[in-house]
Amino acid sequence: MTTAEPVNTALLQAAGLRKSYGEKVVLQDIDLTVHAHDVICLIGSSGSGKSTLLRCLNLLEDVDDGVITFEGREISDPLVDRREVRSRIGMVFQAYNLFPHLTVLANCTLAPRRVHGVPKAEAEQRARELLTQFGLADQVDKHPDRMSGGQQQRAALVRALCTQPTLLLLDEITAALDPELVGEVLTIVRDLAERGTTMILATHEMGFARDVATKVCFLDQGRILEDGPPAEIFSNPREDRTRQFLARVLPSSR
Amino acid sequence: MTTTDGAWRPSARELERRAIRRRRARRDVLLATVALVVVLGGLALVLTSAPGWPRVKATFFNWHYIHGSFHEVTTGLVKNIAIFMICEPVILVLGAGVAIVRSTASPLMLPFRVLAVIYADVVRGIPTLLLVYLFGFGIPALNLQGLTTSTFWLGSAALVVSYTAYVSEVFRAGIESVHPSQVASADALGLSRWQSMLHVILPQATRRVAPPLLNDFISLQKDTALLSVITVFEAFFSAQDYENYKFNYSSLTLAAICFVVLTVPFTRFTDWLTRRARRRELAGVGP
Repeated sequence: MTTAEPVNTALLQAAGLRKSYGEKVVLQDIDLTVHAHDVICLIGSSGSGKSTLLRCLNLLEDVDDGVITFEGREISDPLVDRREVRSRIGMVFQAYNLFPHLTVLANCTLAPRRVHGVPKAEAEQRARELLTQFGLADQVDKHPDRMSGGQQQRAALVRALCTQPTLLLLDEITAALDPELVGEVLTIVRDLAERGTTMILATHEMGFARDVATKVCFLDQGRILEDGPPAEIFSNPREDRTRQFLARVLPSSR
Repeated sequence: MTTTDGAWRPSARELERRAIRRRRARRDVLLATVALVVVLGGLALVLTSAPGWPRVKATFFNWHYIHGSFHEVTTGLVKNIAIFMICEPVILVLGAGVAIVRSTASPLMLPFRVLAVIYADVVRGIPTLLLVYLFGFGIPALNLQGLTTSTFWLGSAALVVSYTAYVSEVFRAGIESVHPSQVASADALGLSRWQSMLHVILPQATRRVAPPLLNDFISLQKDTALLSVITVFEAFFSAQDYENYKFNYSSLTLAAICFVVLTVPFTRFTDWLTRRARRRELAGVGP
């Protein structure tokens, strides 16, 4: 469902993406437009292609067809410098993926210092500010394995934000957390959304998607079956598959 | 791009991208070839233009003598292979055993832990060559009843004693690298210490230390030649024997080639094993 917008106003645009592993097609005919300050929620059952789509967008996976444009330039071009593209896209993973041999502060300053050439003092100051904002002021010098899951995921978010990315990809970042900790991470994401951070997130948190998303995409068997504003998708879905999925995951309406 | 009949055909842009990738792959192959030829050719040139090259060629790379010593050296090589094949499994089992003993916590095991530590420290401090000497000539001198005086077996025993010390340290490093949460979940399932070591810790540890273990075994393959000092007629000793009669070193070159031929397939095989295990465990995690 692409509206006819001129390409250059979009921050990121995907057109006709396809990805397969051997015979198995995991993504097909994916069209997605992301403007600055958008919060796009990808919903759908496990294996519907949400994670793969995110991994394709920051070039962790090569697409088999289609074009991805980021900041007005095609990044699905094999000649593009992937590291340069990735340095402007932040990503947070389901399993945190913090580096266990580094302290939280070192985790957060690694990329700013090594990739972006920010001086140590400046990088540390910025990391400390963000960590404080995210309630991790007392965890700065700890190693990741000594912290709770919620704390680790918040640290992972800070690590992604420290490079000041123009786009943030969040891959089911609350899926490994218990309900109590889900809240503390989502509050922060909500905060980021309100401050205008552009995000694409794969999520199973429907309530969160309904409140925060500017657009919700329902993925089924590697296609975006339906997309639109959350109010429309959640209260008046067009497709049967969407209705079935929502009936399964939403708490029964009382 | 999906066509009207539902079948997918790559779009023009995708075809263009594939062409670019192909072109780049071709360029990489070309670059690699040129680099290889320049570096190896350069090295060969330096070597063959050395003033002593003709003399080295005549004494080390003489086809006549390589051919002449072929039978003796390869017959000796069979002994190297035998020594290696006998020692390797014994070392693996003993090495794992010593490592397990060192990582036990039971108070009753303390004396064995102490012995294991002393063993590893002392043996790793003694040059393997010296151990081979001590075993080969020292043990027969004891005149003990019922003990073999075959230098083949005594030398092999020396190699086992020496390499078990190294291999046990490799295993211990592997055991310690397994995350404590694995022990916790084995405990939680009600497994005994011994069961969790055997079924949970050791398999993971072994997989992780396969490359350094292999490294030790390649080293062992070559160190079988140390048994020449106690007159075991293996490849190196046979080559040396031949050289003593003919005053030409080409038989030694042949022995060197034999050892290389022996180790290279072994390395490739273990690389392949490690890769396969990794692929199986990380399936779906991405590149």
